Amino acid sequence: MISTNKPSRLNKIVSYTLLLLLAFVILAPFFIGIWTSFLPTMEIAKGNFMSTDLSLNNYVSAFTKTPILRYLGNSLVVSVLTMAAQLVFCSMSAYAFVFLKFKYRNAIFVLFLITMMLPFEAEIIPNFTTVKNLGMLDHYSVLLIPFLTSAFGTFMLRQAFMQTPSELKEAADIEGLNHFQFYWNIVLPYNKVSLITLGAYSFLGAWNQYLWPMLTTFSNNSRLIQNGLRQLQSEETFNDWGMIQASAAIIVIPTILVLFIGQHYFKSGMNEGAVK
Amino acid sequence: MYRNLYGVNKMSTILNQVSKNYGANNVILNSVSAEIETGEFFVIVGPSGCGKSTLLRMIAGLTEISDGEISIDGQVVNDLQPKDRKLTMVFQSYALFPFLNVWDNVAFGLKARKLDQAEVHQRVNDALDMVSLSELKDRKPRELSGGQRQRVALARAVASDAKICLMDEPLSNLDAQLRVKMRQEIYQLQRKLGITLIYVTHDQVEAMTMADHIMVLNDHEVQQIGTPTEIYQQPANAFVANFFGTPLINVMPAQKIDEYTLNVDGDFEIHMEQKITDKATKIGIRPGELSIEHADELSANATVKSTEFLGDETIVYATTNSGHDIRILLPGKALYTAFEKIKISSSNKIFLFDSLNQRIPMETGDLVNA
Repeated sequence: MISTNKPSRLNKIVSYTLLLLLAFVILAPFFIGIWTSFLPTMEIAKGNFMSTDLSLNNYVSAFTKTPILRYLGNSLVVSVLTMAAQLVFCSMSAYAFVFLKFKYRNAIFVLFLITMMLPFEAEIIPNFTTVKNLGMLDHYSVLLIPFLTSAFGTFMLRQAFMQTPSELKEAADIEGLNHFQFYWNIVLPYNKVSLITLGAYSFLGAWNQYLWPMLTTFSNNSRLIQNGLRQLQSEETFNDWGMIQASAAIIVIPTILVLFIGQHYFKSGMNEGAVK
Repeated sequence: MYRNLYGVNKMSTILNQVSKNYGANNVILNSVSAEIETGEFFVIVGPSGCGKSTLLRMIAGLTEISDGEISIDGQVVNDLQPKDRKLTMVFQSYALFPFLNVWDNVAFGLKARKLDQAEVHQRVNDALDMVSLSELKDRKPRELSGGQRQRVALARAVASDAKICLMDEPLSNLDAQLRVKMRQEIYQLQRKLGITLIYVTHDQVEAMTMADHIMVLNDHEVQQIGTPTEIYQQPANAFVANFFGTPLINVMPAQKIDEYTLNVDGDFEIHMEQKITDKATKIGIRPGELSIEHADELSANATVKSTEFLGDETIVYATTNSGHDIRILLPGKALYTAFEKIKISSSNKIFLFDSLNQRIPMETGDLVNA
């Protein structure tokens, strides 16, 4: 008993120490960031991180002195619309690749996948020329239209839809459901977890965009939050680090929210009981 | 065509030389013909891979028919969508919607068909009552046991007003005891509702106990269609004889010695009451028709391999001197041990098969093993 117990206890101690260490390395910058967002800029400049002069002043000034609210609004609109569009278009194309039988289905799907091999950065110049010629610069549309669908999303949902038991399709055929009813009433609810995953992924992708909006937006009307944050830093000669830190803290809130809400749905066994 | 075959064109499901193949070399079903009467319990049985599920899916309209004709109530349905064939289907895997509770699962098809709400309520509640699931109507499928999930699938079929219900091995995922229980429930439901039930199974016991008529499929072809009694007592061929009855029937080569006597591969002789035709090359003996006695080396014709005591009867497995494995069913407890020499003899209630394994009908009555 003792001989089997000892190594496992030692094991536990070692692994927990390692985990704590890793957690510290990963979380420390995050907490330092949050902590400094409550400190006056003077204290930060002096390097006095242990100061206890905590206040919400940085947050108040971030909201009152800068257009951060506008940036947040822009980002929210763009992210939500991107997410919605990707969910609709990716699930529809994935449905077609799984449940509709047409000629060259696999060949077309391979073409879809090939587009994933080219990184977005490599296409950025032709894309920029295109949107410029279309007169879409510095407008919501330039942030939305290139991202209405994604090959990755289609791929991911196709793999998920393929796991939908074929009996459900047959049962639907017998009940006389048409394709849209089957898609809407069965395939989407059955694959809720995958849809939430893709939704979270595309929302965060849009929220954290930097390069494309930096090139295509240049006024506060359409500037997104990440670029806005950069703007706060470069606009003034004197950097109000406390306030910038507060803004940074604000913009990670949605990310954290999405992850927490998403996690709630990633429970296994959601589809148990369908077949078997 | 089937008018000639079946006399009149009744309100029933008729399969007329239905075939399914994927290319010339991949034949799944070859020229299946049958008439399934309204209100009967029709079982399609056969070993795995014989095409029985395919046949069911062809009746449902989920699989296309390569050749032949299926008609339901006098209407050819070959090109009809599944939903227009007015039938329901219970799947082996139940095909429940995991995101809907029991009530909504049952109501799903009715809502899809746009029935009015009061009627949907009425039907779903009645169906759930009938399978005694009313208390569980708010549960999700994952919160149900296997048997309860099966009942939900049944309730779905019950709630529909379709007069034909197709079932594809609905009990194969249940344990043995539950299977017996559900077997009775399905049978009673079918009788109560008066629906035509077309039931696919690989289990000969299910077929024997529930069916009005059985279709035996093997090798992509219909072997025999008949009532359970006909199938058991007058099997069309060696395959059918083999498929029904536990323990397995003994099929062995036999030679005609004289008009009335058969020699079973040199092991023992059987004296028949009818004249034996020259075509007979094999015989089938049900294990219960054999009897054995202890014997010395000289008179013995077989050696015991093992015995299985089942309570009220015993199965003796033996090897004959000519090397055939043979099963003997004895009443009560029989005291035979492995490697013991025994002498086997048989009653004359046997089946004769020709060289193509087809049964040769006896002249006077066919009732063997009643």
